Amino acid sequence: MYVAVKGGERAIENAHALLARTRRGDPSVPELSLAQISEQLALAVDRVMSEGSLYDRELAALAIKQARGDLIEAIFLIRAWRTTAPRFGASEPIDTAVMEIRRRISATFKDLPGGQVLGPTFDYTHRLLDHALAECEGDEVARSGATGDSPWGEGLGVGVGENGDSSFNNYDPPPHPSPTRGEGGPSLDARQNFSAQAMPRVTDLLAVDDLIEPAPAAAPDAAVGDLTREPLALPAERDLRLQNLARGDEGFLLALGYSTQRGYGRTHPFAGEIRFGEVEVEFFAEELGFAVPLGRIAVTECQMVNQFAGTASEPPRFTRGYGLTFGQGERKAMAMALVDRALRARELGEDVKAPAQDEEFVLLHSDNVQATGFVEHLKLPHYVDFQAELGLVRRLRAEFAAGNGVAEAAE
Amino acid sequence: MNAATYNFAYLDEQTKRMIRRAILKAIAIPGYQVPFASREMPMPYGWGTGGVQVTASILGPDDILKVIDQGSDDTTNAVSIRKFFAKTAGVATTTRTDEATVIQTRHRIPEVPLHEGQVLVYQVPIPEPLRFLEPRETETRRMHALAEYGLMHVKLYEDIARHGHIATTYAYPVKVDGRYVSDPSPTPKFDNPKMNDCPALQLFGAGREKRIYAIPPYTQVASLDFDDHPFERYRHDGSCALCGSTESFLDEVITDDRGGRMFLCSDTDYCETRREEGRSA
Repeated sequence: MYVAVKGGERAIENAHALLARTRRGDPSVPELSLAQISEQLALAVDRVMSEGSLYDRELAALAIKQARGDLIEAIFLIRAWRTTAPRFGASEPIDTAVMEIRRRISATFKDLPGGQVLGPTFDYTHRLLDHALAECEGDEVARSGATGDSPWGEGLGVGVGENGDSSFNNYDPPPHPSPTRGEGGPSLDARQNFSAQAMPRVTDLLAVDDLIEPAPAAAPDAAVGDLTREPLALPAERDLRLQNLARGDEGFLLALGYSTQRGYGRTHPFAGEIRFGEVEVEFFAEELGFAVPLGRIAVTECQMVNQFAGTASEPPRFTRGYGLTFGQGERKAMAMALVDRALRARELGEDVKAPAQDEEFVLLHSDNVQATGFVEHLKLPHYVDFQAELGLVRRLRAEFAAGNGVAEAAE
Repeated sequence: MNAATYNFAYLDEQTKRMIRRAILKAIAIPGYQVPFASREMPMPYGWGTGGVQVTASILGPDDILKVIDQGSDDTTNAVSIRKFFAKTAGVATTTRTDEATVIQTRHRIPEVPLHEGQVLVYQVPIPEPLRFLEPRETETRRMHALAEYGLMHVKLYEDIARHGHIATTYAYPVKVDGRYVSDPSPTPKFDNPKMNDCPALQLFGAGREKRIYAIPPYTQVASLDFDDHPFERYRHDGSCALCGSTESFLDEVITDDRGGRMFLCSDTDYCETRREEGRSA
């Protein structure tokens, strides 16, 4: 006699035990430490912090380890942790104009105040597999690869403008600050030598001549929207749109941004500026009456400069698209800036025709934790619905066969 | 998970209050989808996060919880969710439909009629019954506001024109209290009549889509149809191979690769209870 399937509970426990063993892999290979992940898979950590929307390198490294390197799974772990964390307020807006720059490039001006700073980048590397790394000689490579005493902040070699000075070459910041832990480390002293450089943002320079639309005015007293605490209503305000994109999947934004370049909602973008470095986060403490620093975070900011024809009442000037990520996330920041600008189509009186311009389409499908959950839920049993469907298809087929039988008999 | 580090039933009290407010509003406007600030749960979207948040918000220490998926207490996701609440809330759990005070379900309504005081919590993937006719939320909200449901009737009519039948077999749309067209969640339409005039409170949670809606006890729930094509319940014409029931919704089980198959009750508690009472095929 048939016995109904049982034992889901034990099956689940066994599956999880297997997962733990598989996660560890061959026990004769040394186990990864969180510090190794944080230091050597730093860009994976940056992505998990950005899309998990939690700046904590150690937790992100833990999530990556636990997720066996599946970054969307790691982002999910971080989000689920984050949702239980208490909120005590919103920080003051960060000021990227006084960022401690580790990389800053502009594609719109050959030279500009502060100069072009290549910093640590894959750009211009030849993508040839480096077998020296396979032999664990990475330390040798790191030592021999730099041309100067310190590779950090090396200028491009073009004139760095009136404000350029040699302090860049002596500045050797820690690669990955962990300000949420309040550990500046020994480099704090080094940082003090590094006074805020005059590194004005390209968009600010353009704004002097009114060549670009002004940045939306800050509204310090307005509440900061948070789509993790309130359901997203459409049309969305800019703060919520940017929050959505900042949490959005890098691959999704990359493809959408790319589509705008290929003509699906073209915006004529120029990479006005991409900058990566550290900024201070401040919090206004009511009881003190002034803002206190909480720590420093590394961010990547991209400001796209896009064309705009102007109207009868307004002279032509450039428009903005904005992207920001935690850590070093240039691809994501650039894609985000393209999509942000594309989503301003209605505001700027452009035809909304392409997917990247469609706010509802973009904002409701950008989140990879939501997307992966719903795609993967198809793994769950659907016996009952399928049975209902099966019944109908069988009935329709029987009717079809009977109908054809009648037709044949009549012939 | 260390239960001590989390609040009773996982969610913090502020969040529960927010969800309870949404539930109260949903009960006040039967069938209307209330947006709520759905949280990111420690389980994937699409796997019952909406139902879990609703259950977490209404659960008290004295509640007895039953969790089913496809009618069964033993499917993996039902086991997982039941375990989650046993761990985070320490509530008693049961598989008995009549003993439970809160029943969280995915895709089925139990065969045994529910009674007063019970709450049935549905996990809902897509709460918007008009979604597959109109993908835009901004549009569908307007259609609900104006009770503009012609499009749905056109869809059902086109089914009849093309197939001779209404080709919707699950998530069959209902009109709640004569006003809002609602999605019963992907239950087979066999279960639709159970929603009508039900003594239990029915709550629907959609986590990813951030919506809650409700059918208060003894509310009129009508499956959409036409006078000349009335709503039809469907069940496979056969009996359960274990308990012999000719009333219950049946799962088809494939027994070999030569077309062998058998049919069993999808509601495992119903089937087991009948067998305990001595019934068999």
